[in-house]
Amino acid sequence: MHLVLFLIFAIFALAGAVNLLLQKHPINSALSLIVVMSSLAVLYLLLGAEFLAMAQIIVYAGAIMVLFTFVVMLLNEGREEKTWGSRTAKTLGFPAAAVLLAIFAATILRAGRHYGTISLSDGVTTTQELSKVLFRDLLLPFELTSVLILIAILGAVALARKDNGEA
Amino acid sequence: MNTTVPAEWYLILSAALFTLGVVGFLIKRSLISIFMSIELMLNAVNLSFVTFAHEWHAVKGQIFVFFVMMVAAAEAAVGLAIIISIFRARGTLTVDQIDLMKL
Repeated sequence: MHLVLFLIFAIFALAGAVNLLLQKHPINSALSLIVVMSSLAVLYLLLGAEFLAMAQIIVYAGAIMVLFTFVVMLLNEGREEKTWGSRTAKTLGFPAAAVLLAIFAATILRAGRHYGTISLSDGVTTTQELSKVLFRDLLLPFELTSVLILIAILGAVALARKDNGEA
Repeated sequence: MNTTVPAEWYLILSAALFTLGVVGFLIKRSLISIFMSIELMLNAVNLSFVTFAHEWHAVKGQIFVFFVMMVAAAEAAVGLAIIISIFRARGTLTVDQIDLMKL
């Protein structure tokens, strides 16, 4: 069961990521990114991270991607024009990406002999356990992120408003 | 029926998504698509964090993902505001035409 679910949603995630690269219009890329993020939420559930799965859907697939689609539709930029770089960039770039993936895969597979396997019966990390650590040991970083988000909101408003406007 | 999946598979998936994000960052020509590739890379790294948290039964790995999500939300808000103001100033989002600072 776990294997089947993993394969289905891993393929969804990979297909969404590839589609993000192939699509010419930003709105199609944004929608395929939503597919990637939702399948990652299911993978988090398979790994027993129930709170993160919900946060992934609400924060990433919900809030952040709504922001993206909103901006894409607001600016209405249209199809992106394809400007291919030099031939050197093309002949070097794709092998370089393949080498990057090969390095990652080799490192993971070499270290991976010591890792265990994951099954559905491993149990979940409950939100209770998570919040005990978050609100007892890591209270200060948590409060700092709320200040960070407040500053980010102010920064976003300051950046996006018109210069001659009265705010 | 309770099959198991090796932890490496999740890590390989994470590496593949990260590489696709890097490729997208390099080949996309629209500023907003480049920004989406960055989000894809952040998500790929989050997946490996969750896998390792499961592997070592450490809750702190999941807490780290939580913080990455919060920072990514802040980053998306500011980044999209910058994109809006660039579009207002230059009328385009094609990175080949936003190269004033290029030597």
